[in-house]
Amino acid sequence: MASLDRVKVLVLGDSGVGKSSLVHLLCQNQVLGNPSWTVGCSVDVRVHDYKEGTPEEKTYYIELWDVGGSVGSASSVKSTRAVFYNSVNGIIFVHDLTNKKSSQNLRRWSLEALNRDLVPTGVLVTNGDYDQEQFADNQIPLLVIGTKLDQIHETKRHEVLTRTAFLAEDFNPEEINLDCTNPRYLAAGSSNAVKLSRFFDKVIEKRYFLREGNQMTLSPICWEMFSIWIPGFPDRKRFGAGTLKSLHYD
Amino acid sequence: MSFLIDSSIMITSQILFFGFGWLFFMRQLFKDYEIRQYVVQVIFSVTFAFSCTMFELIIFEILGVLNSSSRYFHWKMNLCVILLILVFMVPFYIGYFIVSNIRLLHKQRLLFSCLLWLTFMYFFWKLGDPFPILSPKHGILSIEQLISRVGVIGVTLMALLSGFGAVNCPYTYMSYFLRNVTDTDILALERRLLQTMDMIISKKKRMAMARRTMFQKGEVHNKPSGFWGMIKSVTTSASGSENLTLIQQEVDALEELSRQLFLETADLYATKRIEYSKTFKGKYFNFLGYFFSIYCVWKIFMATINIVFDRVGKTDPVTRGIEITVNYLGIQFDVKFWSQHISFILVGIIIVTSIRGLLITLTKFFYAISSSKSSNVIVLLLAQIMGMYFVSSVLLIRMSMPLEYRTIITEVLGELQFNFYHRWFDVIFLVSALSSILFLYLAHKQAPEKQMAP
Repeated sequence: MASLDRVKVLVLGDSGVGKSSLVHLLCQNQVLGNPSWTVGCSVDVRVHDYKEGTPEEKTYYIELWDVGGSVGSASSVKSTRAVFYNSVNGIIFVHDLTNKKSSQNLRRWSLEALNRDLVPTGVLVTNGDYDQEQFADNQIPLLVIGTKLDQIHETKRHEVLTRTAFLAEDFNPEEINLDCTNPRYLAAGSSNAVKLSRFFDKVIEKRYFLREGNQMTLSPICWEMFSIWIPGFPDRKRFGAGTLKSLHYD
Repeated sequence: MSFLIDSSIMITSQILFFGFGWLFFMRQLFKDYEIRQYVVQVIFSVTFAFSCTMFELIIFEILGVLNSSSRYFHWKMNLCVILLILVFMVPFYIGYFIVSNIRLLHKQRLLFSCLLWLTFMYFFWKLGDPFPILSPKHGILSIEQLISRVGVIGVTLMALLSGFGAVNCPYTYMSYFLRNVTDTDILALERRLLQTMDMIISKKKRMAMARRTMFQKGEVHNKPSGFWGMIKSVTTSASGSENLTLIQQEVDALEELSRQLFLETADLYATKRIEYSKTFKGKYFNFLGYFFSIYCVWKIFMATINIVFDRVGKTDPVTRGIEITVNYLGIQFDVKFWSQHISFILVGIIIVTSIRGLLITLTKFFYAISSSKSSNVIVLLLAQIMGMYFVSSVLLIRMSMPLEYRTIITEVLGELQFNFYHRWFDVIFLVSALSSILFLYLAHKQAPEKQMAP
């Protein structure tokens, strides 16, 4: 049983956004009854069927490492947290839809986590935007999840859901918005569940199948930006970033 | 005419303090949260502004700035406003925000917050009864009544904080400078942490797999709930779920261990960081540490002496120091002139350090306990504490000033029994210091024991 292969996915975000509830929902398909402060890191495991429904179906363990704390913690806490960032195969960024600052802090979270894992390449492309330069190399699949959707009134939804658009410039993640106290958001067959399992599939692919390097059917970092609330998100940003990154990749 | 000028100076400084409080709120306290209710920010800044104005008036008193009558007027006004805020506004809003958080009472928020406020007032009034703080000839709603009670709460708070600080400060400095933390220690601890995480993961994998097979086989995993559930679980062999609960218990223990290891590692990192500053900054902290440790020990000693010998200091340090220099060292200098300046400096230092210390403590406390739901309530509580703290600082600062400057405080605050407050402060200070010593000793004892556990 324990001999299944595993991948490691970090779950990062500010205090109180709902990471523990989210991880509990993902791994045990139940709502977390009494969430309390996460001290240090709490781990949970999800059993995932890679390429479900196809002949190549295989089961993997996905370890979800829920790292507690805030971006502004003391440097001693940050150094201690850094020990969890080793050999990460995927990152889930969690932000609170009712709190603007938590989505702004995602940028700092990404700096903290991704700076550990950047693999330096020989080619340096300067384009004036410091962030892009740092993340152009990023090969780790990312997912952004917005929580507490139930607390946003219908009329404000559009404004709230465009908040994480800035992340698309840096690293085109997939995006899901949900409410961690309601399992129906991740019910089997819903578009959220599809996105989620596609994300996990990509993480597994990255880890186990694409080690040879350049033989890939799709560009490594260029994820399509889905958002079921905003169909037809302007493609020019993605295209621009994509070109830069594929230039960079060789 | 001079009254107008004085008033405009006071109002300008009040606006400045208000701005500072506003910035502090935005930049420090609410760094990670979204400010939805601006009322909270306004109340906090107003409390801060009026508290600082009180200190400013003391300084003006010592320096002799501004007209005496306008100073008196501003004192009275300031005091009234602050009492209004501390006794009426802030408690009411605290009740209001607490009630807003509870979904059930949402409809009749105002009613319930008024009820809460009345309860608060009742207990607040009852607080004054066991203390011998007032002469009975004052009316019910006079300033003296309110200030005496606010003073009691504030002095208790100050003494608690000072007591804990007085013990904690030398302890942290000593432990930082006596412990020798090497990189290998940290690495070893990190390795243990990761090993514990791996053990947790392998157990969770078993649980996840067991749940999955149970789900696929069609067994429904439900914990025995209620009376019939327990009876049923005795008869049917739900071996899967039994296994799971056993493993869950092991996982809980391991998770507790991982939390401890995490905190210890963070602690080691913090120690290592301070020790390695062998630069000028490091030596500066070293010196500061020794100085404060000695100062704290002396303070505890003095508190004990004060209580044991039933002595409340009659003269302030400045006059006593000047007396000593004049009498024993034979140095002659203009007592009046120097006492003014020295007391200004001394009082100024006390004020600045106490404000700074309080703000830092408040911020740390706020980060530790707040969440996005309760942040409003907690900030208002902090504003209340801050206001009470500052009011009682004014009461106690009177002791550090020479006689001629004490008059304004005595005049404005009326016939409070100031000596009582000092005695009360000493008692609580001592109690707090002793209990922190006990607490730190116990905490220290536990730490090395855990390191020895495998």
